[in-house]
Amino acid sequence: MNGKTLYDKLWEAHVVRTNPDGTALIYIDRHLVHEVTSPQAFEGLRLAGRSLWRVDANLATADHNVPTTGRRQGIADPVSRLQVETLDQNCQDFGITEFGMNDPRQGIVHVIGPEQGATLPGMTVVCGDSHTSTHGAFGALAFGIGTSEVEHVLATQCLLLKKSKNMRVCVEGAIPFGVTAKDIVLAIVGRIGTAGGTGYAIEFAGSAIRSLSMEGRMTVCNMAIEAGARAGMIAVDDKTVDYLRGRPYAPPPQLWEQAQVAWRSFYSDEGATFDHEIRIDAGAIVPQVTWGTSPEMVVGIDGRVPDPLREQDATRRASMRGALEYMNLVPGTAIQDIAIDKVFIGSCTNSRIEDLRAAAAVVRGKRLAHNVKLAMVVPGSGLIKTQAESEGLDKVFTAAGFEWREPGCSMCLAMNADRLEPGERCASTSNRNFEGRQGAGGRTHLVSPAMAAAAGIAGHFVDVRSWR
Amino acid sequence: MQKFTTLTGIAAPMDRANVDTDAIIPKQYLKSIKRSGFGPNLFDSWRYLDEGEPGMDHGRRRLNPDFVLNQPRYAGASILLARANFGCGSSREHAPWALMDYGFRVIIAPSYADIFYQNSLKNGLLPVVLEEAAVQQLFEGVYAQEGYRLSVDLDRQTITTPSGQVIHFDIDPFRKHCLVNGLDDIGLTLKHVDDIRAYEARRHKEAPWLFR
Repeated sequence: MNGKTLYDKLWEAHVVRTNPDGTALIYIDRHLVHEVTSPQAFEGLRLAGRSLWRVDANLATADHNVPTTGRRQGIADPVSRLQVETLDQNCQDFGITEFGMNDPRQGIVHVIGPEQGATLPGMTVVCGDSHTSTHGAFGALAFGIGTSEVEHVLATQCLLLKKSKNMRVCVEGAIPFGVTAKDIVLAIVGRIGTAGGTGYAIEFAGSAIRSLSMEGRMTVCNMAIEAGARAGMIAVDDKTVDYLRGRPYAPPPQLWEQAQVAWRSFYSDEGATFDHEIRIDAGAIVPQVTWGTSPEMVVGIDGRVPDPLREQDATRRASMRGALEYMNLVPGTAIQDIAIDKVFIGSCTNSRIEDLRAAAAVVRGKRLAHNVKLAMVVPGSGLIKTQAESEGLDKVFTAAGFEWREPGCSMCLAMNADRLEPGERCASTSNRNFEGRQGAGGRTHLVSPAMAAAAGIAGHFVDVRSWR
Repeated sequence: MQKFTTLTGIAAPMDRANVDTDAIIPKQYLKSIKRSGFGPNLFDSWRYLDEGEPGMDHGRRRLNPDFVLNQPRYAGASILLARANFGCGSSREHAPWALMDYGFRVIIAPSYADIFYQNSLKNGLLPVVLEEAAVQQLFEGVYAQEGYRLSVDLDRQTITTPSGQVIHFDIDPFRKHCLVNGLDDIGLTLKHVDDIRAYEARRHKEAPWLFR
């Protein structure tokens, strides 16, 4: 008999019942809630007179709309304020634990779940946000859902799902100096394409993935959705278990031993079969920079803006032309010759302590380039902010001319006041370079924290491998 | 959920691949706590020449004359022809809400992003998957003929073109059943309360740290 994949094991452990057509009712262990995709779900519950199935499975925070400055004065935008207040009220009415805007534990929902130990191996974790795949780094089945499904989970603690296919992406070998988890996942998205993982759950494996810290693993799983896969995941090992020890929502000492033994069964068996497998040589990956309006439009820092005339497929050629026009780039331009206007270091992809340390190491003792109008560092949570400040990282950033902000999603999607103006070009550690994502008419280049920081100092993209 | 059985309507072409949910409904409109009213802001940044914000009178904004849905020939369209990987990006259900609020009830494309596809089905928006070549043929038909109307029959799983050509499509039988009858998923799941309780009891024994 063939072995089981990590995804098979996670799926089977959560089947409540299977329907004749092969769909299954899947139990959800953890539901993370934020202000943008939940109000209509709570409204739906009220209209139908339904209550929560299991209050303690939910954890909420406000992250998308919250300001990153002057937070004590509240939210200036009345529409944003109403949405955040609606979350506060819903959590109060339904008894859900919420880390409100001024709670020191508040932060980006995908940062605080693991930070609190609310994300655990072997769990199913859902949230009305596509970057829920982040939590798969812990050997969990984690995926984003829409508002109808949010309401469904609140009311039933289950989702009706069809099993995805299994894909494994093995990244093997030593990770070169200057290359990070972000570069690895951008290279993967570039290789399989933004729809390459549609219909699949992706397991990231191989020696390079195993060598990553939990922070790095979260960065990789976070962007599984940019390759089209709802879920990304990584097998449990010592690093996973060690990361969770002592966290507030992690198992208490009397259950720890039992839990960690159970967790260690979450890996793909020898001989497990995958519907699709990809191997990538870590040694061949260089720091990545996106040039277009889809995360798959990515090249190495030593590369050039590609020429649509060399693309055979007509639809792809049209997409490339449209992207170059939007990005105001000319084919053949060296990536290192692209000058930037702003820097954004943050988001659920890259706002953890390791990311901030990497960026700070690059800017220490240097100054922002004159052509860079704004560089902002937005920690992923209040606890990360405090940790960074205790290490003096805030001082390193502010001395270099970067702004040190309060935690939230911020300019990853520009729902709050942080945004690009039309035509502005940004080196961003976020996850999407879609048209208008960081502000109408804004131009986003996705990079790692070190690459974003270096671009801020140089005023244009530079190769961090030769940074001094 | 709104039922879907049959529909005959004007088809409009959205001729680009990887149309993401940020393009379908930009983030500033996600601040709404309602389910309705997103139609005027569907494809907002392509559709208007100015930058839109919630609370504006969108009827007074300057339309982009080059944007396909602003062309008079596509007025009142209820079927959207699209390219591969339609609806990629975020999980925002505001995307199908906006498409439906605008008046679309059917999308026809070679493929969709997973979350968008599920979100559409849960709102009575029918996402039809056809082979690339069949979609291409429909695009050519729409471009060639003003007032190009398609008839969609979910029960028979067919699309009929103005020339009478019938194209078959596949759809998951359960989802079809829900769409045709306008069924609410939560109501269906709550028929299995005993199964959920039994699972929880078992799980509580196996993994007590998950319940605290």
